[in-house]
Order: sequence, then structure tokens, then C-alpha cells
Amino acid sequence: MVAPPPDLAIISALQTKLVNALRPILPEDGLLWEPEDTIPYECDGLAAYRRMPLAVALPETEAQVSEILKICHAMNIPVVPRGSGTGLSGGAMPIAQGLVLSLAKLKKIVSIDSFTRTAVVQPGVRNLAISEAVAHLGLYYAPDPSSQIACSIGGNVNENSGGVHCLKYGLTLQNVLRVRAVLMNGEIVEFGGLAPDAPGLDLMSVMIGSEGMLAVVTEVTVKLVPKPKLARVIMASFDDIEKGGNAVAAIIAAGIIPAGLEMMDKATTRAVEEFVHAGYDLDAEAILLCESDGTPEEVAEEIERMTEVLKKSGASGIQISRDESERLKFWSGRKNAFPAAGRLAADYYCMDGTIPRRHIATLLKRIQGMEKKYGLGCLNVFHAGDGNMHPLILFNGADQDEWHRAEEFGSEILEACVELGGTITGEHGVGIEKINTMCIQFGEGERESFWGVKSAFDPDKLLNPDKAIPTLNRCAEYGRMRVSKGILPHPELERF
Amino acid sequence: MGSDSQQQIDYFREQILEAAKSKTPLSIEGGGSKAWYGNNNQFAKLGTKTHSGILDYQPEELVITARAGTPLREIEQVLSDKDQMLAFEPPHFGEHATLGGAIAAGLAGPARISVGNFRDFVLGARIMDGKGQDLSFGGKVMKNVAGYDVSRLMPGSLGTLALILEASVKVLPKPAASTSIRCQITQAAALQSLNQSAGLPLPLSASCWIGKNQADSLGELAIRLAGAEAAVYAAKISLCSSLNAKELDSQEAETFWAQLREQQLPAFTTLQADETLYRLALPAACGPLDLGKAGNMSSEIVLEWHGQERWIKGQSDDATFAVLKQLANAHGGHAMRFRQGTKVNPHNQRFTLLSEQTHSQALEPIQARLRASFDPFGVFATNRLP
Repeated sequence: MVAPPPDLAIISALQTKLVNALRPILPEDGLLWEPEDTIPYECDGLAAYRRMPLAVALPETEAQVSEILKICHAMNIPVVPRGSGTGLSGGAMPIAQGLVLSLAKLKKIVSIDSFTRTAVVQPGVRNLAISEAVAHLGLYYAPDPSSQIACSIGGNVNENSGGVHCLKYGLTLQNVLRVRAVLMNGEIVEFGGLAPDAPGLDLMSVMIGSEGMLAVVTEVTVKLVPKPKLARVIMASFDDIEKGGNAVAAIIAAGIIPAGLEMMDKATTRAVEEFVHAGYDLDAEAILLCESDGTPEEVAEEIERMTEVLKKSGASGIQISRDESERLKFWSGRKNAFPAAGRLAADYYCMDGTIPRRHIATLLKRIQGMEKKYGLGCLNVFHAGDGNMHPLILFNGADQDEWHRAEEFGSEILEACVELGGTITGEHGVGIEKINTMCIQFGEGERESFWGVKSAFDPDKLLNPDKAIPTLNRCAEYGRMRVSKGILPHPELERF
Repeated sequence: MGSDSQQQIDYFREQILEAAKSKTPLSIEGGGSKAWYGNNNQFAKLGTKTHSGILDYQPEELVITARAGTPLREIEQVLSDKDQMLAFEPPHFGEHATLGGAIAAGLAGPARISVGNFRDFVLGARIMDGKGQDLSFGGKVMKNVAGYDVSRLMPGSLGTLALILEASVKVLPKPAASTSIRCQITQAAALQSLNQSAGLPLPLSASCWIGKNQADSLGELAIRLAGAEAAVYAAKISLCSSLNAKELDSQEAETFWAQLREQQLPAFTTLQADETLYRLALPAACGPLDLGKAGNMSSEIVLEWHGQERWIKGQSDDATFAVLKQLANAHGGHAMRFRQGTKVNPHNQRFTLLSEQTHSQALEPIQARLRASFDPFGVFATNRLP
């Protein structure tokens, strides 16, 4: 019999120690360590990055979360918090010598208060479940990341999730009043509060979007907003990409903040029309979707103003949704862009850069040049209102040369984003995937400051270490989402 | 511009490194308009007024980037010329208010209840830490999740974390239409009505109730509506009817909200030399407060933000402040000595401390470590914000 390699022996001993320590505080089905049980936790929505953890804990109460953290802290074992596992940057990828702390069983809606327009929810509650639970009160929770049927509010807090409507309604940060969390040493803390402007420094600002590195969220108090009575969308075609990009800027310059403002290029339109039959103009170089919501009077007023701006910007065709089913039809192609890319090529990379709106046309033209340079196709879909773009580079992963060219193509796009005054990630987070790209966007001083923030909350650096903030030693790669063989993790979710 | 600005930044660095060496804190000052705000200190000033100028403003990007010393007035004028604004209406409290000072104070005006606070609008900041490092966080784009959101730690930090050099702030178009209405109503009924209305798709922009803090006493409730013309019109008709309110003349309304923001209404200007203006921040659910235990308080009270911000004048002693803190805390809020009369002890602690509130005690060491990491030598340790 061959003895396992020493590191495996060490891991195995550590696992036994950890399991023995955690068993007494968790229900029987609340602790997993056999590989067949822990394998579903080896990755999140970014399936290209996988690793098996020592164990997975599934606490049911905040007290258990606190106990688990105290024990891991005492044993010096790193902890990776996990929500629904829909993240696209590997933020919840396990650590080989660490514990995955799943918050999935903390899924109660604790209270709903229509008078104060707030809901108190546990972290495992799904984003959409909040809106569903308060719909009868005429209220909803505004941030709507595209994975909202599956992603959890705890995950949203950790990623500062946005959605199609965030230009008008804000990100998670603007829609959360209070976050209750447990520090790595087991202490329970509250960030923010029900009253405005909590005393001291605004620590909730760094807590939101901290990718599970500062504290483990156990309860979130969210703001609820009145549900708009009506939504309508304009679908506008442009015979030139530049005209489309400029129309986006013109709408904003006209003093309109649309509820949604999205853009697709010709390649995307053609790819999606084949199976959604939304009636897109296949000759258009760019299609814009501009949504208005509010009272019927407000919507009528805004649709008229936007139509005028779009016409002046040279739209070659304009259609306005007549009813809810037509509105959803217009949106269907945009929402199916990712699966459409999956049908066009064996693999694709999804980028997530953000640029100032006025450079949209510039960047699209540059990407067209890159397509020729690298000999690869690229579908372009944009949250145009925010300047957040998701170019999908098509390639065949089985062909090493294509793979290499795709990588360089992606690098060049992200470099262009930073050069045009933007950022490497608008909404998918850094996680493990873009950790190296962080070196491009931030200098040594900024990265050192990030470590200062991390250490202020978690001095022993045990909470989701090795994510989001690179050490000096890792500065090589650029961000991407690799989709192997056209198969997306969680293929049932809309991605946009 | 570039070289002057670099010289200015080098000068800041020299001063910061000197202070670090001598372990003497520096009190950052913009236009000095809010020198009275926060805990008092006598440390040497680090002036930012000369580090001024708008660096980038493209209306279609909804972002303005300016140096810390840029007058707030200049920024608002430039935005107004393009029909845009700082939607959260930061108070100036003096004609020399600067962008950096407004961020450091982190205050927001009447529209805070509908659009959010300064923190919600900061997209990026260039700062200098206590080691003299010139650092940039965030950016000029709406969505950016790369790294911790350090720039949003600046609003309300009162110069106790780092020196703000430049900031990028999100701006919004001015609403297409705006109107204000006023009625006589009791405090309890006003709070009830405001919170109910806020749960409906109405274009509520701001509210203010001024009156006596007694159960049956009628006060004046002003409500501002802002948004699309059709929505504002419909809401005005409906609220005027349900509250028996009247529409205000537009000039009168504009003056009222500006005076409220700048605390120039009589309810504020009548602060006596030995009195303190207390600010209570409270959850939406909080009804009228029983101020009986707070001793000699002015009977007049001002409510903003649908009752989530309340202004009360009263005696200045620690016991009174303690009662108000306790009262606010019991309702899930907090209290501060916002402004003190000229004869009140300037060394009074103005804020509720983290250690005084349940569940925020554990935040105290985090805050201390955070400050130590940005400012290891205590250059910004003025305690202006505890």
C-alpha cells in the first residue's frame, strides 16, 4: 500500500480535527466532508476554477455561524462564505485547507414592514423572493441582477450587485439600510442602521462589495420601493454603431434617466433572432432598448421624449412595446445573448469592463479591429446606460492557438477599458478570476490600502483569503469568464 | 495647471510627512464654512482651498471630477448651466464651502430622503494617506466593483482618515417639474401621512414639519414633489386634496427649501448663546418623541426626511445630551450636538460614540485599525469625528 503524499496526510488530519470540532455545534445534516457531498461546492458560477474544501458547514442560526467562526479562528482555518454559488468570478471557490461556510439554510424573511418600507431578511433569501414576498403591498426590492431567481441577498451584499435598472434605482449599496454580520473572531456586529447616517466612519460602504473577505453576513435590512405602475420599452435600430453609441449619450444629456438602457451589436442581434424571433432589425449595426417606468402619464411623457432624441440621433427604425408581452419579447433577445453565444462557438469569454458612456462607439470600433487582428468573432452586449459591457469572444478551446488568441483579445479589451478611463469589472467582481488584473488597475499603494482594510476587519486574514485583492506576487493574467464547450454553469439563469 | 497642481500635492505631502515626524495632527480645512461642525480641535490647519478646479465634466456621463478646494458654488453653477445638479443638496453653511469640505462633512439636504446621501453619489476619490501616499480609488464610471469601495469611506469622515485631493461625484438631471405644497397638521398625522405616501409611486422629493412638540399641536408641513410633469401634477392634486394643502408660489418654495438646507429658518437662527441644536436621526417607524425627560427643551421641533431627521434646541449640559442619546437609541437611532451656541463649552463631545450603542461596540476596534492603517502616525487624529 502506498502512503498518501505528506500534504494529503496533513489535509486529512486537519479535516478530521475540523469535523470533530464542528460536529457538536451543528445538526447532523449541517456538516459535509465526504467528497461526494462536498463536490457541489468545489466551484461557483465560474466553473473553470475548482477546488475541494476540507468540509462544508451549513449552519441554521446566527449563533452557529458565530460558533463556527470562533472555532476556525482558534484553529487558524480559513473560511470561504458562500451564498447561492451563482457568482461569476470565483469568489466562493474553496480553499484546500479551509472550510466552506454556506449560508443557504439561513433563508427566512424575518419581517416585512410596509409602513417603513423595509424588509429584514436572512442572507440565504433569494433576491427575487424578496420582491415576490412584498408584491401584494405594491412594493419591491429594486436591484435586479440577472441571476435574481437564484442569487441570494447575502451574495448581493458581498458583490454589490446591480442589474438592468441600477442606473435609475442604484446598486445594492443604495438599497440596503443595515447589515448584520459576524466577524472572523465570532463577534456579531451591525453596519449601518435603520436611522440615517450611523455614527462613526461609514464602514457599511466597504462591507458592501467586499466579496466575503471582511465579515459573514447573517441578516440584511433592505429598502423597499413602490412598484411602478407601468413599464414600456423602445427598440431602436441604427445603421451605424457610432450613431447608436452617441444616442445613448444623447438620451442622458437630454436629462432622461431611463429605467433600462441596453445595446446589442449586429452579430448579437443575428445570433439571438434565430431562436427568439423578437423581430429585431437584422440589418441594423446596433439595437438600443430604452425602458421607461412609472405612472402611465410619466411613461407616456418619457417615451415621447426618448423617441424624439433617438430620431434626432439618426435611428433608422423605432418600435415601442404596445403591451407587457411585447415588452418582454423585445427584451428576450437581450436576455438570451449568452446562450446564443454558446450556440455559435464551442467556447466564449465574457468580459465585464465598464467605460465612460461617450467611449462606447470608440470601444466597439476598436473591438471590430481586434476581431480582424485575432481572427475571432465577438458579440457585444452592453448595459449601455452604465457603460458596463459584456463582449463575448467566440473561440474553440480545443484549438490551443485559438485559445491563446482569445486570451490576448480579452486582455486587449480590458486594457482598452482602463485606458478609456474605465474599470476591469463593473459587476461580476474580482474573486479569483480577475485577481491578477487588479494589478493593472491599482498601484502598489492602493493594494496596500486594500490589505489595510482587510486587516482592520480580519487581522488574521482567515476570511476568504486569496480573493479580490492580489498580493505583490501575482500580476500576470487578465479577467475573463471561461465557458467550456459552450456550457454555462447554471444554464437556466438569464445572463446579461 | 498640471505643474501647479503637482506642486500643491507635493506641498501637502511635505506637511503630512512633517506632521507624521513630529506626531502632531493636522486639521484639514477647505473654505472654513463648517469649522463649527464636529469635535473642536486646536491643531494646525492643512488648507485645501488653493487646490481648486473642475477637472472633468461631461454632462452625458453624469459625473463631475474636481479638486477638493473647488468652491461648491462653482460646481453647482457649472452643473446648473447644463440642467444638472448634486441631487442630495449638500448644505453649504457659508459662501466659501468647498467640495472637499462638503464630502468630509458628508451632510445632505432635504432631498436626502428621496435620493440618498453624499456617500451614495461618490464614485471615486484621489486621496493622500498619512504616509503621504497619493492614492486613487473608485473611478468615474457608474458601476465599478474592483477592490473595496474606499472612496465611499470619505463622506462624513471629517478629515480623520485621509486628505481628499480630488473626487468624482455622480450628478443627476434636474427634475423636469417641481412644486411644493403646505398644510397645517399634527406631528403624528404628518408622520403617518408621509410614510404612507412614501410607499406609493408618488414623486415625493422632500418634506419638513415645523411645530410644537406636543401631541395635539398643529404644525406646518411642507412637501416638495419633483419628477416628470404629469406625475408631479397628479400627485399635487391628490395630496392637496387629502391633506387640505395649498400649492406654494415657486419662488417662495425655492427660498424655503434653501433656507431649510442652510438652517436659516427662524427655528434655527433663534438658537441662544447657551443653547445647543441637537440632531436626532431616527428610523422611519419612530412617531413623535416624548421629550419630557430632556429637561428644558425648546417646544419647537423641526422634522425633515419624513421624520428621520429631527432638530431640537435645548440646554447644553451633558445630562440633557445623555437623555437625548438614550431616547434616540431606544428608538433605534442616535443623537448629536450638531451646533452649539457661542457660550457653550466648545470641548463638548458632539457625537454618539460607537461604544454607546448596542452592536456597534465591536466596530470601534475595526475603525481604530482602519485609521491606523491609513494614518499610522496620527496625522489626521484630530478626533473631530470620534
